[in-house]
Amino acid sequence: MFFKKIISFLLLQIITVSAFAQRPDNTIEMADVMRSNGKIYVVIAVLLTIFAGLLIFLISQEMKLKKLERKINEHISNQNNNQ
Amino acid sequence: MTKWWWKFLAIALMLFTIIMGMMATVPALPILHETIRNLYYHVPMWFGMTLMLMVAMIYSIRYLRRGKMEHDILAASFTKVGLLMGCCGITTGMLWAQSTWGVFWNNDPKETAAAVGLLLYFAYFVLRNSMDDMDKRARVSAVANIIFYFTFIPIIFIVPRLTDSLHPGNGGNPGFNAYDLDNGMRVIFYPAVIGWSLLGTWIASVTARIEILNSKFHFAINNSASNSAKQLESKFS
Repeated sequence: MFFKKIISFLLLQIITVSAFAQRPDNTIEMADVMRSNGKIYVVIAVLLTIFAGLLIFLISQEMKLKKLERKINEHISNQNNNQ
Repeated sequence: MTKWWWKFLAIALMLFTIIMGMMATVPALPILHETIRNLYYHVPMWFGMTLMLMVAMIYSIRYLRRGKMEHDILAASFTKVGLLMGCCGITTGMLWAQSTWGVFWNNDPKETAAAVGLLLYFAYFVLRNSMDDMDKRARVSAVANIIFYFTFIPIIFIVPRLTDSLHPGNGGNPGFNAYDLDNGMRVIFYPAVIGWSLLGTWIASVTARIEILNSKFHFAINNSASNSAKQLESKFS
């Protein structure tokens, strides 16, 4: 009984998926050409490159900052110990 | 804040947003066409901004309670990143409005409210930078930050609902279905909001650490006389 329930549940799920997959109509203009000839990947590559560049910059700045933090905090604590 | 795992989460969610935001199928709607994808990039700016400003407000309250300079600096840094995201949000919004509503700026209640909100937070920095004394500046700007937050939220979220607005989910009560959002888009939209917010937090934390270091350094130089260690401890946690 339990498995029957599970199987019928999954079947109903699949029906919903196919309902989702149906597009209403093709009269509305979308960038379908870019998708069909794969040009959209060029746009994604450009976006990823820009994001990677920004990310590398941010991480390198943070690493520099970490070094400086260590240096200054050590200096301040040494100064305080000497007094 | 110096832990690393949430930064990897930020990177992963941002990669997901960039790739899937362009790749995934979206509903074909008139007027919007492919610009519907702006939902993954324009809307998270405002969600992220609200979150950044909320964190700034919480740090302002913490400053007033404990008087630690770190909390003041963190509040200012989060406000700065919030303002940056707001500026990106309003600029991208103008571009999107040009293509869907016809003009860059149509005095929509939500647009006006957002502009007023941004000006409020610009005023926060004018106020903050007009004072030299560290403690006075921190106290006044903490109070201002709390007031501005509780002015900003009603004018951007409540007022546009009381009138007519071009923004979806405004004008009347949207109830639970605020955005009439396609379920396939939700799957990318919510990770996008989290990703942008985490990225904003990351930038704010780096900014704050620079400022904390800067003020610690100046404090150590200016108070090199005796008992500066105690003073430093009372100012910074």
